[in-house]
Amino acid sequence: MSPAPAPDDSPAVMAVRAARRPLWARLGEKSIEGMVYVSGISAIIFVLGIFVFVLKEALPVLGHEDFSLSRFLFSTEWYPTSEASKRYGVLAMIAGTFSVTLLAMVIAVPFGLGAAIYLSEFCGQKTRETLKIIIEFLAAVPSVVWGFIGLTVMSKLIVQFTGAPVGVNVLNGGIVLALMSVPIIVSIGEDALKAVPDSYREAAIALGVTRWQLIWRVLLPAAKNGLLAAVLLGVGRGVGETMAVLMATGHAVHVPQSVLDSVRTLTANIAAELGEASAGSEHYRVLFLTGVLLFTLTFAVNLAADAIVRGIRRK
Amino acid sequence: MNASPVPRFGETPSVRRRLRRENLARWVFGAMAAAMVLPLVLIVGYLVVRAAPALSLEFVLDVPKRGMTEGGIWPALIGTVYLVFLSLLVSAPIGILAAVYLNEYARENWFNRVINLAVINLAGVPSIVHALFGLGAFVYAAQFGYSIISAALTLAIMTLPVIIASTREALASVPRSFREACWNVGATRWQTIRSVVLPNSISGILTGVILQVSRAAGETAPVMFTGVVFFKAVQRGDLLPYYLNEQCMALSMHLYTISTQVPGVKEAIPFATAVVLLTLVIAVNAAAIALRVYLRSRKKW
Repeated sequence: MSPAPAPDDSPAVMAVRAARRPLWARLGEKSIEGMVYVSGISAIIFVLGIFVFVLKEALPVLGHEDFSLSRFLFSTEWYPTSEASKRYGVLAMIAGTFSVTLLAMVIAVPFGLGAAIYLSEFCGQKTRETLKIIIEFLAAVPSVVWGFIGLTVMSKLIVQFTGAPVGVNVLNGGIVLALMSVPIIVSIGEDALKAVPDSYREAAIALGVTRWQLIWRVLLPAAKNGLLAAVLLGVGRGVGETMAVLMATGHAVHVPQSVLDSVRTLTANIAAELGEASAGSEHYRVLFLTGVLLFTLTFAVNLAADAIVRGIRRK
Repeated sequence: MNASPVPRFGETPSVRRRLRRENLARWVFGAMAAAMVLPLVLIVGYLVVRAAPALSLEFVLDVPKRGMTEGGIWPALIGTVYLVFLSLLVSAPIGILAAVYLNEYARENWFNRVINLAVINLAGVPSIVHALFGLGAFVYAAQFGYSIISAALTLAIMTLPVIIASTREALASVPRSFREACWNVGATRWQTIRSVVLPNSISGILTGVILQVSRAAGETAPVMFTGVVFFKAVQRGDLLPYYLNEQCMALSMHLYTISTQVPGVKEAIPFATAVVLLTLVIAVNAAAIALRVYLRSRKKW
């Protein structure tokens, strides 16, 4: 909604109003409005606070002599507790995060967008309401429960069907993550399709097209930015997910060669090792540096998604 | 009369082909939608079946026994209630006021855009980064230590965007004319908000708060390094077992612990814990949805 214009606040009106109300009422109102303002900017404070605090804990490690930023980003050797030479390279974890997220998107994007199209174009009012409620439930399942499902249900199925030695691997994490990110893709995707003006639909139908032609030739091109934003938000969800991938992808720090390899993601690495790294140690600070990396990654993805969505709205 | 074999407005082969294609599309997309419903039903069904041997009131009220391999989940359940309630106490007022600011006070300018961007990004920050922030800011910098307070504050910040977004939607659905009528009888901006806008959107706001509860109850990563422990000895059925500066157990963390860290747990117990957590979250969500449907049905404008 566009912001409401001020009720007539010309000086004369304000003066009359001020004269009629007792001082405590005016002060009370001022202080409440002050609180409203502070709360309003709290989101900025928290986002900046998160970045600053995580960065502050991470920065001292950059000065250590046996730490180099390029090794951190481009080495696959992660030996944080080695006695002889500690090595901190997160490339294997970056590969883990990307492989799991990519697989999740390969599964979730077609299904999510397909379901969004079905919801907005094919089904009736009743079915739509029901499906939307189910999607909300799907979105509400806690990530630790998803992880548990990956650990117990999926891993058994995977071992049974693929003959892989372990069931917790990229495939498992990808499927679980796909199920987790489908709800966001569906709901944002449906919004994007709904945002296509009805006149587009009417013009196409007047030409005698079928619904499939309408979707393929009119709706998808018109809504492509919104659908892209939906996919990006799904990616953001996938990169940032922690507990589910911690439990479902196994714990091997290496670059995966196939979907049946176990991997470790950036998030899972922090969750698995933060408890044993003593505060202020090099290991601890490297984990915070991984946090900075994750924050930057998701920040960029969300920013891109937002820019795309706003671009649509301006049109 | 028209002698041609194909009537003028009848089906030609090309029309038939197009209709076939439309039907195919309907089925494919329908199957994709169904493919989301099916796993939910199958998985929940499977969990419940596997959990059945352990599920009972006794399981909910009992404390974990023999190194968490037997017994119930009471300390974890009550710990979750503590965390959710405390985080709500912090995030609900801030979130609601922030939404009031964004919807009622802010003008359409670059500053408002920055705030919106911050809300979107706050929602997108990975939960483990929230955990790092909680550890750095609340546990160490603010010196709350590993405690319920630190964990609840971390959760509060994490769930803030949920409340802001849904409250904003509720406020925006109050028609402009309501506000204008109030301004016209000489009310100030805040008086209008207090006596017209908030009462007319209170149920929408409540829906958002309820959703926050379900989100906070399920989170694990943000609390596992800020104030939740593997095990804490608590009396059976004790309603107030924790001090706020102590650590507590939480249901989500308990599920993680007994399914990955503790060997020899009785088979059904992790499943039963998952089912209790899932029931809790889904019940809370169902309440929010029911409230929303009820509201929509009796909307006056």
